[in-house]
Amino acid sequence: MAAEPQTIAELSRALITRETTAEAVVERCLQRIAERNATLNAFITVFEDAAREQAREADREIAAGRHRGPLHGVPISLKDLFDVRGAATTAASRVREHHVAGADAPSVTALRDAGAIIIGKTNLHEFAFGTTNEDSAFGPARHPRDPNRSPGGSSGGSAASVADGMCFASMGTDTGGSIRIPAAVCGLVGLKPTVGELATGGVVPLSTTLDHIGPICRSVEDAGLIYDVLRGGAARPHGTPIDPRALRLGIPRSYFLSLLDPQVASAFDSACERLRDAGATLDEVSIPHAGDIAAIYLHIVLTEAAAYHAKTLERRPEDYTPNVRIRLEMGRYVLGEDYARALRGRELIRREVDAALEGRDGVFLPAVPIPAPRIGVASVKIGTVEEPVRNVMLRCTQAFNLSGHPVLALPCGTTVDGLPIGAQVVGAFGDTPGLLRVARAVEPSVSARAAAHANYLGPGTSR
Amino acid sequence: MTIKTWLEWAIHDAERRGLPELKPLLEALARSTSALRTAEWNADATGDATLDSDPGSLIPDPGRGR
Repeated sequence: MAAEPQTIAELSRALITRETTAEAVVERCLQRIAERNATLNAFITVFEDAAREQAREADREIAAGRHRGPLHGVPISLKDLFDVRGAATTAASRVREHHVAGADAPSVTALRDAGAIIIGKTNLHEFAFGTTNEDSAFGPARHPRDPNRSPGGSSGGSAASVADGMCFASMGTDTGGSIRIPAAVCGLVGLKPTVGELATGGVVPLSTTLDHIGPICRSVEDAGLIYDVLRGGAARPHGTPIDPRALRLGIPRSYFLSLLDPQVASAFDSACERLRDAGATLDEVSIPHAGDIAAIYLHIVLTEAAAYHAKTLERRPEDYTPNVRIRLEMGRYVLGEDYARALRGRELIRREVDAALEGRDGVFLPAVPIPAPRIGVASVKIGTVEEPVRNVMLRCTQAFNLSGHPVLALPCGTTVDGLPIGAQVVGAFGDTPGLLRVARAVEPSVSARAAAHANYLGPGTSR
Repeated sequence: MTIKTWLEWAIHDAERRGLPELKPLLEALARSTSALRTAEWNADATGDATLDSDPGSLIPDPGRGR
């Protein structure tokens, strides 16, 4: 008997050859949700009946020879910031409790047109304003390997749903790292495309100039398949993968590697060694003003989030979770001149990332400096330095929301306790397909399929 | 407005609005703003720009591929 499909690409082949059916796959996912959602709190809404009906329709179409492409019949979840016609878009907030979306977000329409089955909507840090998923009107989402830990955030329910086998991929949003952080700490692949590339219409904003949408999934190939559909084209292979021996990657050692949990540092160093063993050329690059990134990011995200929430903060402050409310209020005190300074600094960082990529295929760095943190922990000590968990989790990701470059997070190892550790590959601005080719070349060395599958906890596995 | 003046005003306003828990966050924001204002890449009306060239367009352009 063939192994159960674990990636979208594998599932698609199994659906075409009728080794399985979309209906059977959806039933297994719904069963998994029924068994595990009370523990993980990954889903806010599950579209059981609609998913079953879509699965039956997909099976009928595939049987009739009308295969729409690799997403046809594939169960996908959505972070609950994406509008689905007739359903609430809660943003994990009581502020939105009477909301009903009038139409699907364009990205959801694209997924449906490609035949994807929307199985439900996932938990998140309220309004995507946090990295741990702890502040949610629905309670925290929890890590599939250790429910006492955070699955990361803000797209934490999305990552938990994919890592636990409740679906094959999830759509997330990324304003400072909210796709890549949960993907990394849950042992998954997360793609943040180039800024402005994918439509954010019908998605609740956090910071309009920093927001991105993208997939969380189990392989680089799957990320490419979803990216193609979201770009408005047919899902297709992303060209011939680059020969790893031809890869040239820059390592931004200063700042980005200067504050890492020892196990993360060790896993990243080992991944670099494996890339060198495969023939890749790695050299050191610099983002000279990386030390200014946190200040630049903070002034932009606070200002833009406050602009969106100001009216509701006045009218219904008690409907926000206390931590999110108070940080949104902080944004109302940022002065215009400092926002303007931050915009100037943002362009500087963009130029410096461009310079780091000059003559290279990508920049390679850790995704999150720590493994999944325990829920309720406010700060973390690395060596002699104690920092808020939020600051540490954003440290390696937020630069590329400022710069807008496409970035892909992928697994690169585990801690001794089996908690996943992730790395990131940064690609040239405006060339997400190029990044995907580089990531396909990096993936076998950095996160061999065996390792990636070790993180799969869904049906067919024993715990 | 200096950061010191701004911080005093902001803390006072937050307390007036019944949000005294904002004080440590505003103090952290003040430290961050101070770092932003003292960065050497800030523009200077005297023309004594410390960058070798202007950062250029602030408008994201995803079509700017290479």
